[in-house]
Amino acid sequence: MPIDQTRPVLEMRGISKTFPGVKALREVSLTLYPGEVHSLMGENGAGKSTLMKILSGAYQADAGAEIRIDGQPVVIDGPLSAKALGVAVIYQELALCPSLTVAENIYLGRELRHGGRVDRRAMEAACADVLARLGAGFGPKTVVGDLSIAERQLVEIARAVHANARILVMDEPTTPLSSRETDRLFALIRQLRADGLAIVYVSHRMAEIYELSDRVSVLRDGTYVGTLGRDRLSAESLVQMMVGRDLSGFYKKDHGAYEPGKVVMAVRDMKDGRRVRGCSFDLHAGEVLGIAGLVGAGRTELARLIFGADERTGGELVVDGLPVRLRTPLDAIRAGVVYLTEDRKGRGLFLDMSVRDNINVCACSDDARGAGVLNLAKARERANGAIRDLKIRVPNSRVNVGALSGGNQQKVLLSRLLEIKPRVLILDEPTRGVDIGAKSEIYRIINDLARQGVGVIVISSELPEIVGTADRVLVMREGELVGELGGYSGKAITQEAIIELATGAGGDSLPRAA
Amino acid sequence: MEKTMSNITAPTPLTASPRERFQSLMRNVGMLPVLLLLTLGFGLLAEGFLTGQNLSIIAQQASINIVLAAGMTFVILTAGIDLSVGSILAVAAVVSVMASMLPGGGVLGIAAGLVTGLAFGLLNGGLVAFGRLPPFIVTLGALTAVRGIARLLGDDKTVFNPDLPFAFIGNDNLLGVPWLVWIAVAVIAGSWFILRRTVLGLHIYSVGSNPEAARLSGIKVWKVLLFVYAMSGLLAGLGAVMASARLMAANGLQLGQSYELDAIAAVILGGTSFVGGVGSILGTLIGALIIAVLSNGLVLLGVSDIWQYIIKGLVIIGAVALDRYRQSGART
Repeated sequence: MPIDQTRPVLEMRGISKTFPGVKALREVSLTLYPGEVHSLMGENGAGKSTLMKILSGAYQADAGAEIRIDGQPVVIDGPLSAKALGVAVIYQELALCPSLTVAENIYLGRELRHGGRVDRRAMEAACADVLARLGAGFGPKTVVGDLSIAERQLVEIARAVHANARILVMDEPTTPLSSRETDRLFALIRQLRADGLAIVYVSHRMAEIYELSDRVSVLRDGTYVGTLGRDRLSAESLVQMMVGRDLSGFYKKDHGAYEPGKVVMAVRDMKDGRRVRGCSFDLHAGEVLGIAGLVGAGRTELARLIFGADERTGGELVVDGLPVRLRTPLDAIRAGVVYLTEDRKGRGLFLDMSVRDNINVCACSDDARGAGVLNLAKARERANGAIRDLKIRVPNSRVNVGALSGGNQQKVLLSRLLEIKPRVLILDEPTRGVDIGAKSEIYRIINDLARQGVGVIVISSELPEIVGTADRVLVMREGELVGELGGYSGKAITQEAIIELATGAGGDSLPRAA
Repeated sequence: MEKTMSNITAPTPLTASPRERFQSLMRNVGMLPVLLLLTLGFGLLAEGFLTGQNLSIIAQQASINIVLAAGMTFVILTAGIDLSVGSILAVAAVVSVMASMLPGGGVLGIAAGLVTGLAFGLLNGGLVAFGRLPPFIVTLGALTAVRGIARLLGDDKTVFNPDLPFAFIGNDNLLGVPWLVWIAVAVIAGSWFILRRTVLGLHIYSVGSNPEAARLSGIKVWKVLLFVYAMSGLLAGLGAVMASARLMAANGLQLGQSYELDAIAAVILGGTSFVGGVGSILGTLIGALIIAVLSNGLVLLGVSDIWQYIIKGLVIIGAVALDRYRQSGART
């Protein structure tokens, strides 16, 4: 369908965004025309969400940004002004009140009144119209809590349509949907496009990008790389644009050639019935195994199943040849398997407790004298040793861990695990939110441990990190391990190869380069 | 990685603004200045306040609340709450006095009170730890139900034992200090030891600070929860022995009414955070003493009963406001 490229509905120019210590966006531009589906691609952390948050008013761009709607310069200084300008966002976590009806949700915050009372009848009539137009199979009086995820998404879209939105942002809308629901959503998106809406479609899934997009823009490391029209789309060009050429010598495997020891941990058919669909692999002593995949591919979920943190519907864990009776994290820890969470503050640290207590909380049971009395000398020794070995920058071990920088917090958390003397160390996004110095320190620790014969798993969304640290890489997609690189697989570990496996871009059903 | 003892030097001194410094000071000394100011103020205003005899009375009046508040500290440190301690105290006191009338009643009465308290505490803890019910709901239910049981056991009358074998606990001194005060001091010392010097204590703070992180660290969260509610129940049982020793009687309807509120107030005044993970038993001791000093001083000043309520309430709200202020500075 030809797009009228004369009058853009939205022009964003020179958009930069600085967070303390990080430049999330650098002079990014985006132009939208009415009646197009414009996909936005990029690795995790490339700046897609930040850009969309600026469009929706959740963040303010740095000075010097220019946003025009219908050619008129506008200021978007909050979610309300974005809404008033016709920008609507369908978030991944749907923002609906489950206990209210569909009509009440669609009218939330701008209820129709009839002499001081809420005019339900008028609201429901208007909503019924919109819902019928969108082909909804439910009425305006349905309570949202009774609807499926796909139907709730439809309510969100109905809300946007009803508010006369002209720009609709959809962030990974198909993640929770079945393939039939996805087909229906796509039909709806095409209908909205035909009605003249401009749709920004954020997704990692190559197949969806091909199916829907009129144009695709790519971001990388907070910068705008380029925009491809539908006729020039190809897997190779997109992957190339997303990855770029910025491999430095920063990552270094220096724990020797790949000579894996015996199998230290075997995972067999691990599944939870939802996000992880039967994963099996072996981990060797002295090996750094990378697990790559897109956000939502199930990497963290798999790690948590192995660690006994979540309930599994099936699967076995064998450590050093012995099956582990895995019910709680304590069972995994006793078998020598430890897990560094990706959510350092939420699930890892005790923020209002001291560095010393944070480091000792696991190991203190082993040090304890009779009747569980703490061995304070030993605790001090452990804490000071860890502070010295991991170069944690603190005035002393009594300070609260909440007061430290991200990198130092991560080192505290890591030393808690190392004090258990693990056989298997699972690191989930070990350098997220960590400064460059701490990053290289963490890589050094990973290398040291591998040299000492510990089996290390590194889960990371940063491709250079995976490529640079791992001896062998398993790639996960939609809950399954879909490929292996490095090791004895005969395939080289490259960012391109990982992205192809992770997005399914190499699959047969997809069009290849034109 | 080998570990050896080493003295580390501080690479970066903690830079602190005056506001941060004040907040850190408040965290460390807590409400001690408030207690000292109140004591000084009443000493100047109220005749007979700063006498040895009156201070001993204050300590004695505070003792039962100190014991209950110690138990409450364990619970609130895990971000829980125990509303049932007043009712548990009543039922344990009734059981204790009734048991004391059996042959060999002295030890039996004390043991019966303690065991009753422990049993109800374990029940609360079991419902919270295994039933995964909210502590507020569980102990609110127990507040009512256990009160009913106390009345049922005593046939809704006051049980009375004029020859209570352990009456000395409530009325005599040891080395010039009332037994009640000795018990309170021992409870505080024991609680301090558990919280600060044992693995269990570290785990209690951990569970309160971040329950998910505690679980992922291999801590048996259920064990910690069961312990803190059991401890609170056991100490309510001890409070029952102290109360019945003093009165030589127990009334299932009246005894221990709204004691839970005084205990909670003492804990919060002592700087223990309602969201868990932060607080100390010494703070609780200071909090309980503030409440006792306030009550005693206001009586000596001749302030009417009505105004005492109003002033005490405002002090508690002010203290929680202070808690919020400290929270805002606790995390970066």
